[in-house]
Amino acid sequence: MDLLTIVQILDSTLRLATPLLLACLAGLFSERAGIFDIGLEGKMLAAAFFSAAVAYTSGSVWLGLLAGIAASLALSALHGLASITFRGNQLISGVAINFLAAGMTVLIAQDWFSQGGRTPSLFGGGRFEPITLPFADALANVPVLGPIYSELLSGHSILVYVALATVPLTWWILFRTRFGLRLRAVGEAPEAVDTAGVSVVGLRYAAVGICGILCGIAGSYLATGLQAGFVKDMTAGRGYIALAALIFAKWRPWYALGACLLFGLLQAVALRYQNIDLGAFEIPVQFMDALPYILTVVILAGFVGKAIPPRAGGEPYVKER
Amino acid sequence: MAQELDTGRQATAAPAIELKGISKAFGPVQANKDISIRVMPGTIHGIIGENGAGKSTLMSILYGFYKADAGEVFINGRKTEIPDSQAAIAAGIGMVFQHFKLVQNFTVLENVILGAEDGRLLRPSLAKARGVLKQLAEEYELNVDPDALIQDLSVGHQQRVEILKALYRQADILILDEPTGVLTPAEADHLFRILDNLRREGKTIILITHKLREIMDITDTVSVMRRGEMTATVKTEGTSPEELAELMVGRKVLLRVEKKAGNPGEKVLEVEGLTVTDEAGVVRLKGIDLHVRAGEILGIAGVSGNGQSQLLQVLGGICAATGMVRVNGASIDLSGKYSDGQSRRARGIGHVPEDRQQEGLIMDFAAWENIAFGYHNDPRFGAGIFMSHAEMMADTEGKMSRFDVRPPNPRLAAKNFSGGNQQKIVVAREIERNPDLLLIGQPTRGVDIGAIEFIHEQIVRLRDEGKAILLVSVELDEIMSLSDRVAVMFDGQIMGERLPHETDERELGLLMAGIQGEPDKPVIEAVDEMMARKQAEEEAAHNG
Repeated sequence: MDLLTIVQILDSTLRLATPLLLACLAGLFSERAGIFDIGLEGKMLAAAFFSAAVAYTSGSVWLGLLAGIAASLALSALHGLASITFRGNQLISGVAINFLAAGMTVLIAQDWFSQGGRTPSLFGGGRFEPITLPFADALANVPVLGPIYSELLSGHSILVYVALATVPLTWWILFRTRFGLRLRAVGEAPEAVDTAGVSVVGLRYAAVGICGILCGIAGSYLATGLQAGFVKDMTAGRGYIALAALIFAKWRPWYALGACLLFGLLQAVALRYQNIDLGAFEIPVQFMDALPYILTVVILAGFVGKAIPPRAGGEPYVKER
Repeated sequence: MAQELDTGRQATAAPAIELKGISKAFGPVQANKDISIRVMPGTIHGIIGENGAGKSTLMSILYGFYKADAGEVFINGRKTEIPDSQAAIAAGIGMVFQHFKLVQNFTVLENVILGAEDGRLLRPSLAKARGVLKQLAEEYELNVDPDALIQDLSVGHQQRVEILKALYRQADILILDEPTGVLTPAEADHLFRILDNLRREGKTIILITHKLREIMDITDTVSVMRRGEMTATVKTEGTSPEELAELMVGRKVLLRVEKKAGNPGEKVLEVEGLTVTDEAGVVRLKGIDLHVRAGEILGIAGVSGNGQSQLLQVLGGICAATGMVRVNGASIDLSGKYSDGQSRRARGIGHVPEDRQQEGLIMDFAAWENIAFGYHNDPRFGAGIFMSHAEMMADTEGKMSRFDVRPPNPRLAAKNFSGGNQQKIVVAREIERNPDLLLIGQPTRGVDIGAIEFIHEQIVRLRDEGKAILLVSVELDEIMSLSDRVAVMFDGQIMGERLPHETDERELGLLMAGIQGEPDKPVIEAVDEMMARKQAEEEAAHNG
């Protein structure tokens, strides 16, 4: 395996990890505030559809992104209403959102575009185009560092860089700001936040809102960056993989980056190699395709270390006494 | 949040807190009825009352958790609306809840600044808080490591963090709800020293408690609540525990347990080298040796969490152990097939568990079902898969009337009885089976004074009938007044045995903190040192 192949696989890893990373950080905000969100999948799917639909109709990918975020935020608001205001079961609300998104996107797509539940292919201004970083071409011929810079780091759409920048930003918000302190506190001990005179409901809605925005970006990237248009169920369980990555990362931003890159790598390898020949036997492509999901199950089953979720996670806050 | 203190406050002598005609109802239940109270600045004001008397509701209104249906609140002479906790904090009120409101995996500093940060970024707030905490520590003996995580702190230290939180928010009025329930006597003494210092600095303190001794020791004035009403407010100097108890219950109450000298007989329970290791690998009981004779009450004193619960669970058949336990001379199975509650009962062991709501009762089930439980295979209650409803009903009615359970309705769900009546149901079930050995844990936790008296009488009566009783309680007063012999547990071991009339609370308190003999240091330092050592050992055990 030469350097170029490795660089290409890693390049693909980065692109595939981007929606996972955004969704994972979205879940991180929500769950750190004590709202479990199994509806990442549905929010991404809704965002993917609406971003593609609006980008196609208007010809502007930026309008598409806004529409994607708005769609995701609307579902977030629904989740917030169910689980914060009405103190419902967060898992059930999340599952409902997933079903809603899965059905609704295809239905509307068929109604609007009559192409069998998909949007027409996006082109030109309807897609996020790769950005070439400065000097990428000039440095391309430098040994080792050249390809890494020009192939691996350069040439991604803006949203990939946004996702990467969100990691340190999330860390900084959580651990260096007042908002972050309160957000973490509300996921651990909402009664402490409440008695300190800070609104539990307000904080949780803020967290769910941030989650909606990030999911919106993740979904939009799927339809307008990674691929060119919306197809039925295009999230393909990425929301659940992001949840697994979140647990794997023990709800920490930098670990989340690592976990998502790992899942991205698995997907990239499966995509590049049809069958992996190990001499003695051959690993079939189906196994490679299934690997991220197998890993998800393994992680969710708790085989990878002990992950302690935020203490008040999943519990609606009811004032005692 | 920097709020101006009213400097002319002391001179004008307006009450720090004045409540006028506060009423609050929850549905049909009138929790507070037309309550008026004045608390002068720089004093400690006690509020006592039985469970459900409305103390906590009143304080929750003052802290903005509830909105009163009627009435007015005056802080330092000014009428103040307190719609939420934020307003209470702004008015200079700080509250230390019975169950601490701390974020377990945050540091002390983070907990202190939470909700009282100075800006959007944390760093300046943390630096400022560090300085303030240092100053407060020196001023009031409130020493806590600012960088320690809450989950690593002892309960006493966690409580100090709660007090620091209030003081950091410049609270002038501090409300403490049952602050000593979870503390060792030495820790409680330290708390009272802190409160005394605070009073000297002009802070106003409201102390909610059901412990009459604490009221007598530290307060300046006392208010008594009964059934949602304020029945009296008196100067502490001019009253007595007996008078306060009578005001609380509404009739004369025997505070001391009347009991004749015991007449111990044969050893009913013998325990040798009892050892329990829990799932986490922590050794909870480290080779316990003890015995209880017929006609004797052995009291186990200790701060909760030192193995008393495990001792009761092993003897009651709930958890497995190694070692030797003999009942009436015959050994019992500690970890095998016959190590369960059913076999224990067959051997004449009755068990009133420490946590009646978790282990003693099924809260959603009716009284008659709860009374049959554990004894449901009794032939009297039916045969095979058929049970005799009438028989169980009659049995329950009988027990309820003999134990004065109110309301005497066998069909009422356990959760709808008051704490005291729930306990009476459990005690009735276990005592009336006429056990040779009664295990009884925290018999009066959360039980009102009237019921305490009754339950104590029943325990003593059982002893006088020649039964052996193993009593576990964190209430030292209860242990001292009921027991014929006292054993003190610390860290899974018996630290020593004493006769109640030959010892005092100070000596038992030291044993409870794991100190044998007289320390050559002030007690509090010795205890702190001991706690630190114990914690270090635990950490070493965890890491190892």
